[in-house]
Amino acid sequence: MLDLDAVDLSNEEILRYSRHLLIPDVGLEGQRKLKAASVLVIGTGGLGSPVAMYLAAAGIGHIGLVDFDVVDKSNLQRQVIHGTSRLGDLKVESARDRVLDINPEIDVTIYNVPFTSENAIQIAKDYDILIDGTDNFPTRYLVNDVCVLTGKPNVYGSIFRFEGQLSVFDARRGPCYRCLFPEPPPPGLVPSCAEGGVLGVLPGTIGTLQATEALKLILGIGKPLIGKLMIYDALEMRFDFVNLFKNPRCKICGPNPEVTHLIDYEAFCGVPGRDHDEGSAGMEWDIDAVELAERLKRGDPIHLIDVREPHELEISRLPNAELIPLGQLAGRLSELDSAEEIVLFCKMGSRSVRAMELLYSAGFRKVKNLHGGINAWARKVDPSMPVY
Amino acid sequence: MASFGMRRGRRPGAAVERKEIYMATLRIPTPLRPYAAGQSEITVQGNTVGEALSEVVERYSSLKPHLFTSDGELRPFINLFLNDEDIRKLNGLDTPIKENDRLMLLPSIAGGNV
Repeated sequence: MLDLDAVDLSNEEILRYSRHLLIPDVGLEGQRKLKAASVLVIGTGGLGSPVAMYLAAAGIGHIGLVDFDVVDKSNLQRQVIHGTSRLGDLKVESARDRVLDINPEIDVTIYNVPFTSENAIQIAKDYDILIDGTDNFPTRYLVNDVCVLTGKPNVYGSIFRFEGQLSVFDARRGPCYRCLFPEPPPPGLVPSCAEGGVLGVLPGTIGTLQATEALKLILGIGKPLIGKLMIYDALEMRFDFVNLFKNPRCKICGPNPEVTHLIDYEAFCGVPGRDHDEGSAGMEWDIDAVELAERLKRGDPIHLIDVREPHELEISRLPNAELIPLGQLAGRLSELDSAEEIVLFCKMGSRSVRAMELLYSAGFRKVKNLHGGINAWARKVDPSMPVY
Repeated sequence: MASFGMRRGRRPGAAVERKEIYMATLRIPTPLRPYAAGQSEITVQGNTVGEALSEVVERYSSLKPHLFTSDGELRPFINLFLNDEDIRKLNGLDTPIKENDRLMLLPSIAGGNV
């Protein structure tokens, strides 16, 4: 945060922000606070898109953008900060360019890296507020822990299909993320958007609300959503608010913290943190799509198991595969024969890796993971099959 | 002292046991709806939150492993709110429920970027 006294607005800025200046709760004083503020947006996707754009429009003086991915066509259904002209470009560059077009008066710093325990504190130290726009549990716990350990607010938002959550976790004034969710769900139980899908507009709603909360925190107006969690059910058009409490036994923000520095979040959550790098179970446990096709053609007795959800079969399917959705697998292990050769697959390979872990820990050894999932089959073996 | 039949059939000092069964609603969050026949809200009944949940997982058995461990404990990443208050702040699964109460299941969801 810059020294407020040193921050002034030019005539151009006064014109640009005139609609803010007219609001008594904001005014020139408030706009100077926005200009002096710095916000780190972690993730420039579904949630990060509206957050970054609206914070830029509002005149936040310094915005940091963290993402290591490139713009993909399947992003454009909801990640409105990017466009078709930027397919294949780095997301942080695409986001930065869009944001500077909205408002060239602000500073933007981009971090084309994954946000990890190695770099998080270093990156976050220059910012007043962190906005959690990530898509996986390990990073969410990391963002929370960085905020608790460095005394910053964490504006949390998350989405799934038609449902969204929102809160402001500020351990100095209320509960943190771990107070609400002391432990992550076991791998495979809660799908990511890539696996579960999301209504494109939904992160627009939640992300815009995250930006709103950040502005309230900086301006010091209204009631930030500290100590409350908002649940939005888009289908029912219902907003619920539940009261959160600071957990006296919280492992990081409680009076007897066990977590005093950043940990290995992938190990904590039991899965790799980045879905897009998954699809592989490791060299000896993977089978390539082309190789699988050849072996099936030869007539090798392979038991193909599809661990996707039933509705995904409408998009693409492998003949002779048995459907056992991942969530049901644990309860249906008795149906499987460990003497058989089993090949597991899903859409891209992340769920099937988890399925492999499950079978392995149940004593199955003749199991392989279709590397890259049915999408890899579509790309390499059967191009008439859609990739999704 | 005459007390016509008032204590007949009851142990001395025993309180009257009257089981109150109330109908309340339970909100099922999106990730768990496939295991509750796709429903977003169901009517539940029971004396306590724990009873209402047990009744629900009997009705929808595929929901059970998502809510409870094999030892019958509520999974730690599942939060339950009764009329907007975390049951951990109330009496946990023993929290009594009243007619028209609203129970909410809240699991963690992570989506936001991909």
